[in-house]
Amino acid sequence: MHFKMLARSSFNSVLGILYPLFFATVAFFLYREGSPHALLYASLGASVMGVWSATSTAAGAALQHERRHGTLELLVAAPVHFSLVMLPVTIAMSTIGLYSMAATLLWGRLLFGIDVHLEHPLLFCLAVPATIVSIGTLGFLMAVAFVRYRTAWALGNALEYPVWLICGFLVPLSLFPGWVRPISWVLAPTWGINAIRESALGGSPLPDVAVCAGLALIYTAIGVLAVDTLLRAARTRATLSLT
Amino acid sequence: MTPVIEASELTRTYRTSTGVFRRRAIDVEAVRGVSFSVQQGELFGLLGPNGAGKTTTIKMLITLLIPTTGSARVLGYDVVKDAREVRRRIGYVFGGEKGLYERLSALDNLRYFAELYGVPPKEQRPRIAELLELVGLTGREKERVEGYSRGMRQRLHVARGLLHDPPVLFLDEPTIGLDPIGARELRSTIRSLADAGKTVLLTTHYMFEADELCDRIAVINKGLIVAHGTPRDLKAVVAERTVVEIEAFGVTEEAIERLRRAPGVTSVSVEEREQAQVLLVQSPKGLELTQRLLTELDGATIGRVAAREPTLEDAYVALVEEA
Repeated sequence: MHFKMLARSSFNSVLGILYPLFFATVAFFLYREGSPHALLYASLGASVMGVWSATSTAAGAALQHERRHGTLELLVAAPVHFSLVMLPVTIAMSTIGLYSMAATLLWGRLLFGIDVHLEHPLLFCLAVPATIVSIGTLGFLMAVAFVRYRTAWALGNALEYPVWLICGFLVPLSLFPGWVRPISWVLAPTWGINAIRESALGGSPLPDVAVCAGLALIYTAIGVLAVDTLLRAARTRATLSLT
Repeated sequence: MTPVIEASELTRTYRTSTGVFRRRAIDVEAVRGVSFSVQQGELFGLLGPNGAGKTTTIKMLITLLIPTTGSARVLGYDVVKDAREVRRRIGYVFGGEKGLYERLSALDNLRYFAELYGVPPKEQRPRIAELLELVGLTGREKERVEGYSRGMRQRLHVARGLLHDPPVLFLDEPTIGLDPIGARELRSTIRSLADAGKTVLLTTHYMFEADELCDRIAVINKGLIVAHGTPRDLKAVVAERTVVEIEAFGVTEEAIERLRRAPGVTSVSVEEREQAQVLLVQSPKGLELTQRLLTELDGATIGRVAAREPTLEDAYVALVEEA
């Protein structure tokens, strides 16, 4: 149902065309002097940027929208556990990012001639959903915090660009100082993009897929455990509605 | 008999803050010790002006707010400790434009909430059809909610609140902003729900609505219940009074205060009607105050002046003003 709502927004649809164009352009200009291999490396990274953006900003925006339109209270007042309400919403958001991913690769192919040659197509088909689900569960974890804090949606926006960098979407993690790496390791997009690249460029994506799945389970477990505490805090501090 | 809804000394304080650099916390007591009980099948009204604490009270009862102190039970379940059990058994409908997914059709809204409220998939279709019929939206259910009128939205709210056939219904100002015909239709639906055995707690700031619908009423003002009883009990408060209605122009706040302090005056309320102000002054029956009142309003332009018997609205005004 949330997928239906998001798909019906014309504003989102326009952004859905423009953003991948922007991502593909960034990837091309960063790596245009490099080999076709390097261009595909960047193009794949840029394509996952769309998945992350769709989840991080949309999770906050959707919660704020629910709050502003009075539906958040109705969701909380429903007898079903709140995590079963939110998890499908954030998975829907990251799934919408799949479109952005495909569009980025397509723009890269059409405008800049970046050839999308997949070394292991089947593993690629495994790596992509693993990445999307793990990013969706990370979005779920963020959304749980957004329920408690009225202004936390801004954090979702603020996290959009840093994650592009520290998860190695555009530049390798080895270029960053050592203290950044532990942060990257706990973020599923790092492993997701690794898995996608390994499967496309030739390598072994399965360990990265396994870490993605593990992190997705951990995010979900933390979210489910935290949701009752945070909802109780929201009910105590009256942050479920704007009035 | 155990009450279906039981509120005991409920209080709720909101913390807010002022200032940019030197932030100062301010506690606002929205509800200050509210107690009442509602019996099985009863239609109970919580009546009060805006900001009286009605919505805060209802939100504590439907588990959206945790009381600062006090306790409440619905069908024997504590609203804090057994929140999920309470949620399974209650329906919540609020007035106004909010609470619906605008980009979805009414049908999709109902399907989504049917899932959330655990209506079994096989029962969803007939239940939704039945409710659309009940609220008069059959044939319009595939249209997006963003194109609905306020009345249609409100009726959709009622259908949503009834999806899981809850035995207890909380209606928070359900007729607010509706045109007279839409409001009358909705009141008729509410009455039929109570007749069907549902226990209903209704908040409103319309005395006539509470009088028409409710078996018992509690009048709430500034977070406290100032009177409760049957509509007849409440009307009795002003049975021995007269109301002088004065149409005036340019009445100052000071003049109104002078009226309030005038001997024999029990309450004064002011209604703004376009350019004019209509002052409603209550006093004990048999006391001739008109000339005295007009003297106190010296300086204002006086229009029509009439003395009349008190109405239900006057009872409500008296209870709120004199609390």
